[in-house]
Amino acid sequence: MRFFACTLFLVILAGFLGVLNLNGQNIPEQNQACLKCHTSQAHTIYNDWTEKEEKRLMNPFYILDTIQLAVGVHQVFSCIDCHSMDYETYPHDGQLKLEPMMTCIDCHGGDPTYEDWQFDRIEEEFQKSVHYELHGDQFSCSKCHSQHYYRATARTSSDLREIVDYSNKMCLSCHDNMTKYQLVSEDAKPQLVDIHNWLPNQELHFRRVRCIECHTEVQDSLMVSHNILRKEHATKNCVECHSANSMLQASLYKYQNLRVRTETGENSQKSILGLFTVKNTQEDFSNEYYVIGASRIPYLNTIFALIFFATLGGIVVHTIIRIIKK
Amino acid sequence: MENGKKLYLYPLWLRIWHGINALGILALIFSGISLHYSDRGILLLDFQSAVAVHNLAGVIVTVSYFLFVFGNILTKNGKYYRVKTKGLPNRLTKQIQYYISGMFKGEESPFPISEKRKFNPLQKYAYIFAMYLFLPILIVTGIALFFPEIIIEQVFQLSGIMLTAVIHGIIGFLTFVFLLVHLYVASMGKPPGKNYKSIITGWHT
Ligand code: HEC
Ligand code: HEC
Ligand code: HEC
Ligand code: HEC
Ligand code: HEC
Ligand code: HEC
Ligand code: HEC
Ligand code: HEM
Ligand code: HEM
Repeated sequence: MRFFACTLFLVILAGFLGVLNLNGQNIPEQNQACLKCHTSQAHTIYNDWTEKEEKRLMNPFYILDTIQLAVGVHQVFSCIDCHSMDYETYPHDGQLKLEPMMTCIDCHGGDPTYEDWQFDRIEEEFQKSVHYELHGDQFSCSKCHSQHYYRATARTSSDLREIVDYSNKMCLSCHDNMTKYQLVSEDAKPQLVDIHNWLPNQELHFRRVRCIECHTEVQDSLMVSHNILRKEHATKNCVECHSANSMLQASLYKYQNLRVRTETGENSQKSILGLFTVKNTQEDFSNEYYVIGASRIPYLNTIFALIFFATLGGIVVHTIIRIIKK
Repeated sequence: MENGKKLYLYPLWLRIWHGINALGILALIFSGISLHYSDRGILLLDFQSAVAVHNLAGVIVTVSYFLFVFGNILTKNGKYYRVKTKGLPNRLTKQIQYYISGMFKGEESPFPISEKRKFNPLQKYAYIFAMYLFLPILIVTGIALFFPEIIIEQVFQLSGIMLTAVIHGIIGFLTFVFLLVHLYVASMGKPPGKNYKSIITGWHT
């Protein structure tokens, strides 16, 4: 009974939120016209020839997700800021299919407002990547970043899992999806699971580290390295992550937004488990994330060494006395 | 030797367990150290092999641990592991005194081996600690590390994995220290190789 009540409550809540979103808390008013068709499986059109209303199915690839739209970086845009005004009529003009769309760089490149995001450096890095090298301009930023939905997760999320998940889905949306993959390549896509078979706990790794951790070189000055290297240069070396000076410190774990949470909780951390706290803030923060082999407790190795040599010393002394007194 | 009688102290199942366990723990210690000091070791295993060895040996030791527990429940060997707290400090002090000075003065062992008392008090409690405290903790935390999904993610702002790994590492280290002492104390038979022979043949002479 309680379960039922809870479920009911959740359903209602979800419906409510859905309505809120559909009503466009964040979505500009003028988009409603487009979204009326572009959010549902079926839409109604008025057929001038037969003079009847007719129901048609929507191309599933053209159905947009309003929830993601509402949280995306371009949430304030109306559709026709990017798309032609002519889309306001239906059927859409066939010529519109060929309308050139603006790229990220067209809008953001060289703009000091977005200096912080380093678009130009990202473009530079991206143009060195295998994707660009092999497929040129056909491989646009939008192949990874949807202009509708993109959310700067690494920069804003305080949940490591979410950052990893969001980023990996960008790669997997293509590398694990033949439909999208063939937009770029004629070849059959490689089987990711087989290729990464050498990696134990593969599933765990894919949930805890981003593909780009292994497939790019760490860029201290960039939030997200964009130079996807050829597979020969991908990291296969476990110790790059599984060690005290794990490279993850400089990539995945470096984000300020992750750190904020630790710093606010620092006091309680100190009082409860002072043993584990290091003065250095860099390390302080890293205690939240751990990989096997990253032994990061101060003095622990020293204590180990002391006990070890004391034991050994005891044994040696005892042996010597035994020999003498024999 | 103490009373000149031959005693059959280590039944076959116990010797089999002990052999498997000893080799398994040695492998775990070596690979565990390789995991812990992953970035500095010429003599150590590389990380990937260390993981493979550690996982395999971990499973073997876990399985053989149950052999030990059931063996001690089902046979009378279990009686050597009963805890008796009464007068314990006294007995421990006596044994320690013997190791520190008594044995050098040629005194007799205060707790000679007999059918009823296989272990001296120090030995007994060292074994109880190792077998009923250290190993269970290692196995539980080890299994948790096998399936990190089951570990609580965050405990007081610390990574749950880290706490588990640290506890696992500390107890693993203590087991290592136990082994060193165990190996040394076992050499106190007369002649020194005698006890090692016993754990292989089963006979205490
Ligand atoms: C009456 C329903 C309807 C409305 C309203 C509508 N669309 Fe469409 N739109 C469609 C359908 C159906 C398609 C599928 C292709 C086609 O039939 O032309 C489509 C296709 C598109 C495409 C993809 C064109 C291509 O083939 O590459 C874009 C972009 C688009 N619409 C944008 C818009 C925008 C922007 C608006 C609002 C200004 C809008 N649409 C309003 C029904 C609609
Ligand atoms: C920031 C610019 C931008 C805004 C705002 C925008 N779009 Fe798009 N849209 C694009 C780009 C770029 C593409 C082409 C994507 C590609 O090439 O992969 C696109 C493609 C589409 C498509 C084709 C399907 C697809 O995903 O490729 C539809 C349908 C569409 N947009 C509808 C809309 C609607 C409806 C809105 C308003 C809610 C909207 N767009 C707002 C940039 C935008
Ligand atoms: C049509 C021009 C246009 C295109 C194309 C475009 N953007 Fe934007 N973008 C903007 C504008 C304008 C804003 C500011 C929106 C606001 O103020 O909320 C913005 C905001 C952003 C932000 C957030 C900036 C901030 O300070 O919060 C990011 C990140 C971003 N865009 C990334 C991209 C990426 C990545 C692409 C390509 C996939 C892209 N944009 C394509 C115009 C564009
Ligand atoms: C191969 C996929 C891929 C391509 C191509 C790509 N990016 Fe990215 N980009 C990512 C990933 C993954 C992230 C991290 C996502 C996140 O968590 O914000 C990211 C993040 C970003 C960010 C946010 C960085 C920050 O400071 O928070 C910007 C801006 C950006 N990309 C711009 C671009 C531009 C411009 C292009 C084209 C020149 C481009 N990207 C091409 C995968 C790609
Ligand atoms: C739109 C589809 C698409 C997306 C998104 C995409 N890739 Fe790719 N990627 C490809 C294609 C196609 C190839 C094959 C290139 C070839 O061999 O022709 C490729 C090749 C690769 C290679 C192999 C390069 C080599 O040496 O053969 C790596 C590594 C790679 N991608 C990593 C990534 C990562 C990491 C991401 C996410 C940040 C990503 N890709 C996102 C389409 C994509
Ligand atoms: C632990 C590091 C690591 C992670 C994480 C990782 N990869 Fe890889 N990946 C590699 C290495 C190393 C190779 C080269 C394997 C080889 O050549 O045998 C590779 C190969 C590839 C290839 C090339 C396939 C081919 O043979 O053409 C692709 C594509 C790829 N990875 C995509 C991804 C994607 C997508 C993700 C995220 C879901 C990911 N990788 C995560 C290390 C990693
Ligand atoms: C890109 C960084 C990276 C690389 C490279 C990497 N790992 Fe990992 N590994 C991680 C992270 C992050 C975790 C997850 C830690 C956790 O459980 O939260 C992990 C977890 C593991 C685990 C599970 C540990 C546990 O918690 O029980 C094993 C085993 C492992 N890695 C082995 C390897 C081996 C072997 C290699 C080399 C072939 C390797 N890893 C390469 C980052 C990496
Ligand atoms: C004397 C016994 C043991 C020692 C000395 C030991 C030591 C270690 C050490 C030092 C680590 C690395 C932790 C770190 O520093 O990050 C580790 C990891 C690990 N241990 Fe042990 N351990 C022992 C027994 C076991 C047992 C019995 C099991 C299994 C039940 C086990 C399973 C694991 C697992 C799964 C890991 C994570 C890495 C991996 O997947 O291999 N260990 N151990
Ligand atoms: C190379 C490694 C080892 C050697 C050579 C060795 C040697 C011996 C010897 C000689 C004995 C019998 C004498 C005595 O009781 O002191 C013994 C008993 C015992 N050892 Fe070990 N040992 C080794 C490793 C281990 C390890 C790793 C453990 C547990 C973690 C262990 C646990 C025990 C226990 C519990 C007994 C008593 C068994 C019984 O009689 O019930 N040993 N060992």
